[in-house]
Amino acid sequence: MTSTDQQPFLSIKDLKVHFSTEDGIVKAVDGLSFDLVKGQTLGIVGESGSGKSVTNLTILGLHDRDRTAIEGEILLDGKELLSASEKELERLRGNKMSMIFQDALASLSPYHTIGTQIGETYRKHTGCSKSEARKRAIEMLRRVGIPQPDMRVDDYPHQFSGGMRQRAMIAMALVCDPELLIADEPTTALDVTVQAQIMDLLKDLQQEFGTAIIFITHDLGVIADIADDVLVMYGGRCVERGTKKEVLSDPQHPYTLGLLNSMPSLHGAVDVPLTPIPGSPPSLLNPPSGCRFHPRCAFADKVVGDRCSTERPLLELVEDRGSACHLTDAQKQELFADFAATRHN
Amino acid sequence: MFRFLVRRLLGALVILLIISAVTFWLFYAIPRDPAMMSCGKNCTPDMLKQVRHNLGIDHPIPVQYWYWLKGIFVGRSYGDFGDCSAPCLGYSFANREPVLGTILDRLPLTLSLAFGAAVVFLIFGVGAGMIAALKQGKWQDKVASSASLLGSSLQIYFVGYIAMYFLVFKMGILDNPSYTPITESPADWFSGLLLPWLVLAIIFTANYTRMSRSQLVEQLSEDYVRTARAKGLSRSNVFLRFAWRGAMGPIVTIFGVDLGTLIGGAIITESVFSLQGVGRLALDAVNKSDLPMVLGVTLLSAGAIVVFNIVVDAVYALIDPRIRLA
Repeated sequence: MTSTDQQPFLSIKDLKVHFSTEDGIVKAVDGLSFDLVKGQTLGIVGESGSGKSVTNLTILGLHDRDRTAIEGEILLDGKELLSASEKELERLRGNKMSMIFQDALASLSPYHTIGTQIGETYRKHTGCSKSEARKRAIEMLRRVGIPQPDMRVDDYPHQFSGGMRQRAMIAMALVCDPELLIADEPTTALDVTVQAQIMDLLKDLQQEFGTAIIFITHDLGVIADIADDVLVMYGGRCVERGTKKEVLSDPQHPYTLGLLNSMPSLHGAVDVPLTPIPGSPPSLLNPPSGCRFHPRCAFADKVVGDRCSTERPLLELVEDRGSACHLTDAQKQELFADFAATRHN
Repeated sequence: MFRFLVRRLLGALVILLIISAVTFWLFYAIPRDPAMMSCGKNCTPDMLKQVRHNLGIDHPIPVQYWYWLKGIFVGRSYGDFGDCSAPCLGYSFANREPVLGTILDRLPLTLSLAFGAAVVFLIFGVGAGMIAALKQGKWQDKVASSASLLGSSLQIYFVGYIAMYFLVFKMGILDNPSYTPITESPADWFSGLLLPWLVLAIIFTANYTRMSRSQLVEQLSEDYVRTARAKGLSRSNVFLRFAWRGAMGPIVTIFGVDLGTLIGGAIITESVFSLQGVGRLALDAVNKSDLPMVLGVTLLSAGAIVVFNIVVDAVYALIDPRIRLA
């Protein structure tokens, strides 16, 4: 499912987001590019601090402008967002592009009813009356599967269960039929049953409206369920890109391989222990030189010389497929073979 | 709501009972005999006994307390001195004036002082806190923060006299503090109290600046504020309707306590500006070992604090729907 036949709806080119802090400059995102077409879901995977959430807050223009230096380009439907004014962004937010946050309890205002919060987004962008907004809120609650929506619309978030709150959050994000939906770990705080329901809901809504979705998660199981394409981030950079099938069953980057090895598989042998990636995510204040993954990489010594610690591997994409690693294809085939053996039977 | 009010008012009654009992007991712990003071220099034991009887302090302490309580609920008779109908707080030891009447005479001044100062410190304190929160780390924030630090280190008996010396006597910008009932002349009421309001407000303003700044800064970093921005709401809308709503609770709480305290009398302020309010009354009563007056003022102060606490809780429930009154 590559995007060669369609104009990208969202196009990010060489995005760099740097924060200045008291300790120095944090390179949260360091040269990220990707395209997304309508009706497609891009899964962004990575550990905490890999730059996933920052990327998406930057798309919406919700970063702290005083402390952030941004380079690159973000094009939404051909419109450049980084140079857009606050007023223009306000018109787009919640309307053409919207976002679902991870913790629905903290992300919904405790002081306003669910109906008010959904309705005010609609009113802001359509200028309709209060009663119309309320009707729309009830309709949205019904659509996301909240029982008795005409009664629950006047409830406050604390009166909803966790799953219902996340549904309400989705209803709020979708109230203006956005063309781009960014879901930032929307199911992380939920139990598995509710998680599955929420993802089915997102898939249904995507089919109905052809929404482009960016789905951020650190859970590869969720990616396997919902994504069309996958982008793996590490230390503010994209290390691997491909379709879901390519990335999950034929990883080309040692980090992706490490992620896959650290999660249980239904098809693999039960007695194979899970292998965590050694070390911890890099400090973005003072990131490792060369390939940012090299201090934790199991194969860094396989590359001739010290290229891994001196030279940044470039992401070379052929039809949106590729990885940023100095290993040669032949080396990868050989070194990653164990993985293929445990995964594919 | 009704259950909440009944429950809290009953609780308030118990608190006031305890406070009055403790005050009563403490009063007798002070080694001073009000009868001696009342009797004068050439006092004979017989005269002293007579005075004790007149003041109603010839009974054991618990019995005196019981008479005092009875007076509040059903009235009290003082024999040849006359009857005192409920609610009776007794008569001053010092000048035989009725306690309730004296307090009610002084109350308008204290109320004017309290509410006037509250208006000033709310506007300036919360306003400065808001600006500081919006301009975090910029010069406006630094000015507001330094000013509030300075303000909170000042004392009324210091600022009060200096302000009076310069603004009233040297430059003549403000009137000498005095009290004219608002019903007589609103203009005189205002100009007479302006200086005490400003001075009293200085101390409180600092507190409110720091409080509202820290509350707003905290609220602005809340997830739901970010969500509101992600919905396309404008910065000012989000600030006023979302961040403010969350910041209001703690501010209302300290405001309720402060207002309750002020209504019990601003003792220092009233003394500095020679205003005859409840605070001054309390001070004089203590100096004269005037038990009924001390009890009356204590009851008023405690009552004001207790009542404002109930009001604060009710307001809190209006602000935050997660809180339910029961």
